[in-house]
Amino acid sequence: MALLELRDVTRRFGDFTAVDAVTLSIEAGEFFTLLGPSGCGKTTLLRMIAGFDVPDSGQILLDGQDIAGTPPEKRPIHTVFQSYALFPHMTVADNIAFPLKMSGKMPDEIKESVKKALEEVQLSRFSQRFPHELSGGQKQRVAFARGLINRPRLLLMDEPLGALDAKLREDMQRELIHLQKEVGITFIFVTHSQDEALALSQRIAVMNQGQIEQIGDPSVIYGSPANRFIADFIGKINLMEAHVTQISGQNMTLEIDKLGTTTLPFKPGIKTGDQGVVAIRPEQVGVHALASQAELTHAYTGKVLDFLYVGDVTTYIVELDCGIRMEALLANSSPGRARFFEVNDPVVVSWLPEAAHFLMD
Amino acid sequence: MKRPNLTLWLTASLVYTFLYIPLVIVVVYSFNDSRLNAEWVGFTLDWYYKLFRNEEMLLAARNSLIIAVSASLLATILGTMAGLAIHRFRLRFLPVLAFTPVAMPEILLGVSLLLFFLQVLNLTLGMISIIIAHTTFCIGFVAIIVRARLQGMDESIFEAARDLGATPWQTFRLITLPLIMPAVVAGALMSFTLSIDDFVITFFTKGVGEPILPIQIYTMIKIAVTPEVNAISTLFMLLTLVLIIIANRLDSGMLQGEKKS
Ligand SMILES: Nc1ncnc2c1ncn2[C@@H]1O[C@H](COP(=O)(O)OP(=O)(O)O)[C@@H](O)[C@H]1O
Ligand SMILES: [Mg+2]
Repeated sequence: MALLELRDVTRRFGDFTAVDAVTLSIEAGEFFTLLGPSGCGKTTLLRMIAGFDVPDSGQILLDGQDIAGTPPEKRPIHTVFQSYALFPHMTVADNIAFPLKMSGKMPDEIKESVKKALEEVQLSRFSQRFPHELSGGQKQRVAFARGLINRPRLLLMDEPLGALDAKLREDMQRELIHLQKEVGITFIFVTHSQDEALALSQRIAVMNQGQIEQIGDPSVIYGSPANRFIADFIGKINLMEAHVTQISGQNMTLEIDKLGTTTLPFKPGIKTGDQGVVAIRPEQVGVHALASQAELTHAYTGKVLDFLYVGDVTTYIVELDCGIRMEALLANSSPGRARFFEVNDPVVVSWLPEAAHFLMD
Repeated sequence: MKRPNLTLWLTASLVYTFLYIPLVIVVVYSFNDSRLNAEWVGFTLDWYYKLFRNEEMLLAARNSLIIAVSASLLATILGTMAGLAIHRFRLRFLPVLAFTPVAMPEILLGVSLLLFFLQVLNLTLGMISIIIAHTTFCIGFVAIIVRARLQGMDESIFEAARDLGATPWQTFRLITLPLIMPAVVAGALMSFTLSIDDFVITFFTKGVGEPILPIQIYTMIKIAVTPEVNAISTLFMLLTLVLIIIANRLDSGMLQGEKKS
């Protein structure tokens, strides 16, 4: 049985639907991420799981039990808030001890647990400080320690790393993965940052306008986005307008606007005449000198419009003869790489058919 | 800090002089060894001795203290609840209801309370009616201070408490109340000072029985301005001053806490 199950959970504010028939299930021990642009309903969904808000319809089940009538304090679910929400009038130690006190643990036991928790997050020296005497990263660690000390079944995190600077965020990401493995508690992590979602999660649910668009592990979400929104939202991608002209056996033939026909593996559910886009990640696009055209499939000539060299990789923007612009990401480490292309160099752009996806509108 | 310019200095000094000269005179003459408020004769504590043997005056002071303590206690409890409710429920009419008595002219409030006590409640005017009246106009002040405090706070702190296992009552006792405490105490002190020197509303709602301090002083002055009045006024001023300083401390302390957290 899934640890947490959402069935058609819907929440409306007036005539605006913030969370729209969300159905998903999360297994015990998972690191699950809700990813979506700001305002898509992530916080609203999290608040319903925590018990601060009530769905207008649908069910939330924990261990198969509907928890609609359970107040937040009775749910074995803790939240790490984006603002940390540390109690400003309590020391670090008292903040971390709070959940233990609420569950009626003995003072000796509380002291021992708090001491251990402080060591785990390397804050022993700061136990008697108040929240306003801590840095952002330290507050963050107190918030995690406080959320985890009672060993909840589920830890919810609402953009917990949003307020940290880039370097610290990366450290905290590593610490989070480590922490989750160590304590074995199920995490639901909310973020609008696709990098963060890809780096941290075992599974990702992509949300848009209150709905779940796709659920899958990071490589599926990144490698086979279910639709145009996801393709566009996650990572960089080349999108070319196209429609299906013919389906034959395992293959389908597409007409890409301006570029011409191409053949891709057939995907179920697609019919002749469907409109959509052909999507290819920049790192799947090859750029070659003009002479090598002969051996390549899906090869199109063009010229380099611009490039961005960032050390390990170079991004080329190539304008094809038909006018379409494509981005190509080339690693600078390959041994045979004799030269870079310069602006206005004539080049050949190519990709493998299985690297391209047809996404319906 | 910027240096204030000369004009500003002069204006400020003038304003403060006008404000404080009468007060200083009262204090000085309360120690003057003469019945007349005319010239300085010599230092004495006689007027204070006299004051403390004046039964009527002591009774008035006792009554006023009872009223001020009761009214500020009631107003603090009710005003804190009102402040919390206004903050939580965000209903338009609630703030209006709580804050109107603050802005309403005292004479109006006095008249309407008088009519209410006599015609609706059939209450005999006395200590009780004065306490109710004072509570009425103090509630708004407490509510305003408490709400201002709440407005500066991160709402998720209270949710975090519930989230981590605290019942609504535990959340109030362990988180909300300690965090708004400076505002609650400031509100209580403010209510106390407002109540103890209130004249107009007290005058309307006191009836004929008990002597009340501000009115007692006024009655004495009608007969003659004796240095005894100066003495009681000086004590009065001292009490108010102490309370204002405490309230001010709490208020700026809480502002600092806000900035840090
Ligand atoms: N209490 C509320 N009343 C009205 N609208 C709300 C309320 N809470 C959230 N919303 C709206 O619901 C939408 C989703 O909000 P939220 O869940 O906070 O998004 P996210 O966390 O993904 O950025 C937003 O458009 C927001 O304005
Ligand atoms: Mg949010």
